[in-house]
Amino acid sequence: MLEKALSGSRNYWTWVLSLLAVIGVGVIFYLRQFDYGLGVTGMSRDVSWGLYIGQFTFFVGVAASAVMLVIPFYLHNYKKFGRMVILGEFLAVSAVLMCMLFIFVDMGQPTRVVNMFLHPTPNSVMFFDAVVLFGYLLLNITIGWTSMNAEKKGFAPPAWVKPLVYISIPWAFSIHTVTAFLYAGLPGREYWLTAIMAARFLASAFAAGPALLIILAIIVRKVSKFDPGKEAIKSIGKIVAYAMAANVFFLLLEVFTAFYSSIPGEKNPFFYLYAGLQGHGRLVLLMWTSAILAVISLVLLIVPKTRNTEKTLLAACGAVFASLWIDKGFGLVVGGFVPNPFGTITEYWPTIPESFIVLAVWAIGALVLTILYKVAISIREENAGIEIEH
Amino acid sequence: MSIDRRDFLKMIGASAVFALGGMGVVDGIVKDNVEAEQFRPEPGALLAKQWAMVIDMRKFKTEGDYKRIISACNNIHNIPDFSDSKHEVKWIWTDTFEHAFPEQEQGYAPESLKEMPIPLLCNHCENPPCVRVCPTKATFKRKDGLVMQDMHRCIGCRFCMAACPYGSRSFNWTDPRPHIKKENPDYPTRMRGVVEKCTFCVERLAEGKMPACVEASNGAMMFGDLSDPNSEIRKVLESNYTIRRKSELGTGPNIYYIIGGADNAREGAKRE
Amino acid sequence: MYNGGKILLGIFVFLALATYPFYNNIGKANARPEPSTDTPAIQKLAQKKCIEPEAFMKSEHMQLLNQWRDAAVRDGNRIYVAGDGQRYDISLQNTCMKCHSNKKEFCDSCHNYAGVSPYCWDCHLAPKEGK
Repeated sequence: MLEKALSGSRNYWTWVLSLLAVIGVGVIFYLRQFDYGLGVTGMSRDVSWGLYIGQFTFFVGVAASAVMLVIPFYLHNYKKFGRMVILGEFLAVSAVLMCMLFIFVDMGQPTRVVNMFLHPTPNSVMFFDAVVLFGYLLLNITIGWTSMNAEKKGFAPPAWVKPLVYISIPWAFSIHTVTAFLYAGLPGREYWLTAIMAARFLASAFAAGPALLIILAIIVRKVSKFDPGKEAIKSIGKIVAYAMAANVFFLLLEVFTAFYSSIPGEKNPFFYLYAGLQGHGRLVLLMWTSAILAVISLVLLIVPKTRNTEKTLLAACGAVFASLWIDKGFGLVVGGFVPNPFGTITEYWPTIPESFIVLAVWAIGALVLTILYKVAISIREENAGIEIEH
Repeated sequence: MSIDRRDFLKMIGASAVFALGGMGVVDGIVKDNVEAEQFRPEPGALLAKQWAMVIDMRKFKTEGDYKRIISACNNIHNIPDFSDSKHEVKWIWTDTFEHAFPEQEQGYAPESLKEMPIPLLCNHCENPPCVRVCPTKATFKRKDGLVMQDMHRCIGCRFCMAACPYGSRSFNWTDPRPHIKKENPDYPTRMRGVVEKCTFCVERLAEGKMPACVEASNGAMMFGDLSDPNSEIRKVLESNYTIRRKSELGTGPNIYYIIGGADNAREGAKRE
Repeated sequence: MYNGGKILLGIFVFLALATYPFYNNIGKANARPEPSTDTPAIQKLAQKKCIEPEAFMKSEHMQLLNQWRDAAVRDGNRIYVAGDGQRYDISLQNTCMKCHSNKKEFCDSCHNYAGVSPYCWDCHLAPKEGK
């Protein structure tokens, strides 16, 4: 099947080569980081996690969101997702790969990564996260690849795929819950110490992931003959609308608890992120961008007319993705570290090497996604007209 | 594969047996060479069930009192001196009372108290969050209550830094060696990419010595076994009002501070 | 055979590249390393022997060091009882290197030959050597 990715149009190859170029630049910066240490990043003693871990967190959500197509299709027999589901599964595969890479580039001693498995520590959420992510990757590769292979040959997928699909549903929830537990169980980090962290993570994931999927589906329709289906896109639009509403609701719950209780430790991260604190406010502009994009997207998603018009839906999805990318992929991590345990402020901003390494991980994710989608689309184009029971 | 001496000798023994062609000698060879225990603690080591420290702020009178304890630690442990505060490595350092005890915030307290420098170090918690989160057991709690850091095993994920509510952990953002003023040849340095912190001078306890800061403090810092009701530290705790940093988090910090009364606060001003 | 010439050429180029390390090094084999034990501390010893028999130290010192590391750092056992009943402080810097103060001629000569670069020295300080 992989050979399908080796033949393509000029545009396809231009895209692939430009991704490879971005990856190349990132690798050079990574080698510098490998040699010098994580000092090339903007992280510090006080803000000891940054964009890498933020992006990791965000993409765990994107990976988990495949379940938003899997549930309606497999559990509720919602046939309109038949052609979309594979896009979701393959998106999950590339997102999990990106997560693993983000963890890897964040490690101070990457050559010792196997220590995590040589000295397994079940009480460490980090260890748990590594295990469930790896499992999720295997599940989605197996399910996606087997289904595609069967489709190529014109058969229904083998029966053993079904149980794997059912396992993958709670598994998707678990990866993001465990990721939330990385944050939500730490004493003294008030911004993270909240019981609804996992719920917030799931809500934002089920908004950002499907929003990205809509964007991808529309791109796929543009560049190929494969049409994921107008109805399917509309239905996903509804999912994004509900999830985004839940996400904003949860965020407002946090704001209420922090400000009505008026506990300084609860309020200070919000002050820092949205208003600036002690004269420091590097993230203020970014956080308000996120907030405004969230409101705009909600309006566009809730009004039926704009939700059902593809152009405005696309804009809404872009806004959802950007808003959550900032909120979860950046602000969330920094908010936990500022102010530091002494009540003082050390600011964080990613450096150029750090940003290029992040870009390269994105490019690797995009490349894997491109290849997987190319395979899926080529098979679909060949089998056009044949409807398959998934 | 890991072979210890015993296995190795058995192998040698076995091949010798093979060469001699007789099974009868095997016991003799092995028994002659192998002893029951290969590793043991140092005979003069100081032992405890839970080490703890009391820092008596009344006895810190001058700037030199702080400098002495901090440089004692820094010199012995090859602590690098990074000019960039973002990359600082600190085992024992000072910050103001206000920053060290934010929960004691009180606007009308004397300035001298708010600004009083407090020696800070790893709290060697009874219930350490850093140990709970470490994915490789690189940081762990020893039987004597020390929270140890195995620099050989650390993968540099920095989860422990996020988990520590005391800011007691430092990461080597780059190679620390060029930043060490004078190397102590008897103690290792660290390398880039690992997390480190105060060890309560585990290497000195093994030799029967007190931690370096305690020794240099002229009695301002006391160190002892919390589980021993007759220990000096227990007597001090029973006869003084002491506070701990963020004990409400349930971490069970084992550094106790005697802040002292108004006299002490007034004198604090002179120390800055 | 289609493109027979190209295939043969390809195979030839591949073999030439794959075997490069072998023919490039013909006749250039490095001399076997002779780790030197000629240090002042060792010269002073009445009986010139290491903590365990030489054969064991040669082949198993890395495992021994790993056990030492775990014993000292993790279990707090800092005394090693050698096969002959002698006791030693467990310390790379303060026991091993006090005798073997010639890291270059002792450690490095073999490690370089074997193409290994253990990260011991990233943290543990090597004794100051004259040159």
